[in-house]
Amino acid sequence: MTVPAPYSGAKQRVVLAEADIDRALTRIAHEILEANRGTSDLVLLGIPRRGFPLAQRLARKIADVDPGVDPDSITGQLDVTMYRDDLRRNPTRSPLATQLPASGIDDKVVVLVDDVLYSGRTIRSALDALVDLGRPRIVRLAVLVDRGHRELPIRADHVGKNLPTSSSERVRVHLREVDAAGAAGPGGAGDEVVIEGGA
Amino acid sequence: MKHLLSTSDLSLVDTLQLLDVAEEMAAVGEREIKKLPALRGRTVVNLFFEDSTRTRISFEAAAKRLSADVINFAAKGSSVSKGESLKDTAQTLEAMSADAVVIRHPASGAPARLAASGWIDAAVVNAGDGTHEHPTQALLDAFTLRRHWARITGTPSAGTDLGGMRILIVGDILHSRVARSNVWLLTTLGAHITLVGPPTLLPVGVGSWPCEVLYNLDDAVATRPDAVMMLRLQAERMNAAFFPSTREYSRNWGFDDARLALLDVMGLDDTVIMHPGPMNRGLEISSAAADSPRSTVLAQVRNGVSVRMAALYLLLSGRGHHEENRGAGGALPRTANRMTQEQA
Repeated sequence: MTVPAPYSGAKQRVVLAEADIDRALTRIAHEILEANRGTSDLVLLGIPRRGFPLAQRLARKIADVDPGVDPDSITGQLDVTMYRDDLRRNPTRSPLATQLPASGIDDKVVVLVDDVLYSGRTIRSALDALVDLGRPRIVRLAVLVDRGHRELPIRADHVGKNLPTSSSERVRVHLREVDAAGAAGPGGAGDEVVIEGGA
Repeated sequence: MKHLLSTSDLSLVDTLQLLDVAEEMAAVGEREIKKLPALRGRTVVNLFFEDSTRTRISFEAAAKRLSADVINFAAKGSSVSKGESLKDTAQTLEAMSADAVVIRHPASGAPARLAASGWIDAAVVNAGDGTHEHPTQALLDAFTLRRHWARITGTPSAGTDLGGMRILIVGDILHSRVARSNVWLLTTLGAHITLVGPPTLLPVGVGSWPCEVLYNLDDAVATRPDAVMMLRLQAERMNAAFFPSTREYSRNWGFDDARLALLDVMGLDDTVIMHPGPMNRGLEISSAAADSPRSTVLAQVRNGVSVRMAALYLLLSGRGHHEENRGAGGALPRTANRMTQEQA
């Protein structure tokens, strides 16, 4: 992901630093375990790009609590490109890989993981994509940041931070797995959530 | 990319994008529900002026898997046999608001004419024109080769090219649009191509192509190729004597049982045998070679659907030229102007 150079007068503020993100993910991992009463039938599906590393981190934290769980065997990636409702409005996007855990998603408790929840349209696409892949018993949603401005009746079950924003602002999530050091935000190469622009 | 007419104008970046998208489409083909909603509401017309089995079925399957509507048009039994011109046929399709036209035509350049003439706004996909090009066949060959190359080198196939691969293309190069498309595309991907065939079946000017030319198949096999692509002897396009007898052709340039055994003797365990189909068994390829584990004939057919899905998706999704043209003043006045100019 390319980040344009900050123009003069651009407002940029860090709302979650690396330690904040880690704490939020630890809490979400515990919430998932609590809601599911353990790790049985649990599958974490990350939505590319940044949802997938977040799902991996959550799976590792869950494995820390329950050492009987192999984090890789409960994590997957769900690409929603072909299910988006704005394919005809935007330049062509290349789909990314969808990788499900070997156990599949039928009758599982699937937790969709994404970085920012905004209009809810990505999650709508993800729900459609899931239907074509199998029939989970329950689908839940975990996001690092909920910035509001929903356009569809969708809400998250697990939220790292509720972030009241104006729609003229942009929320950028930097994760070391996805974002190259050159594209790092004001805080350097680490993980952070930044709000840019706005009044 | 507005049209897919030729592999010679495909850049390496475009080619790799197409092959990488095809990789994801192949994953969809292995699911229980082999359908994506990406092209819902779009219309794809298969406009076939020449006989075809696998290409037409493959394009139809690809369009349907992407949820597009498909209209099949075969020249036989249509108004073309009453003398309708390509232009009038195309404008009929335009009036039915086709979003993509997949065309196969016996005349080289017919798809390019359709794309450049302004008769239609739809994206044009060349499904074989005369002895010119057959780009989706070359793309599916490249896809098949890339998966094979990735398996033997132990790398993931997405994002990689064919650098270092040695490929023989054998037989009727003169009449083969598959050979032409493959020479440009596989060279773009970094492979080394050697054409093999009798001098009478090699085109004039082949010396300027980015490949080597050999006249003896056994000499060519001795260069230890990674893949051997056999071409169909196109008897229907041959209106002159190109070789003394089919038996002599088969003996000299057919991939027979003896040459199949030679691959084993030479220790070329990873060399694959390709054929675009339909095969003349016993002529350019023996049944033992066509049915051996080295043969990729069926994998090529399977990959054809994935590659064509990728091509249709990349041409039709996104804010295409289609809407832009209609937005900027509409297509009708433009067409009207052009017709006036042509009449003048």
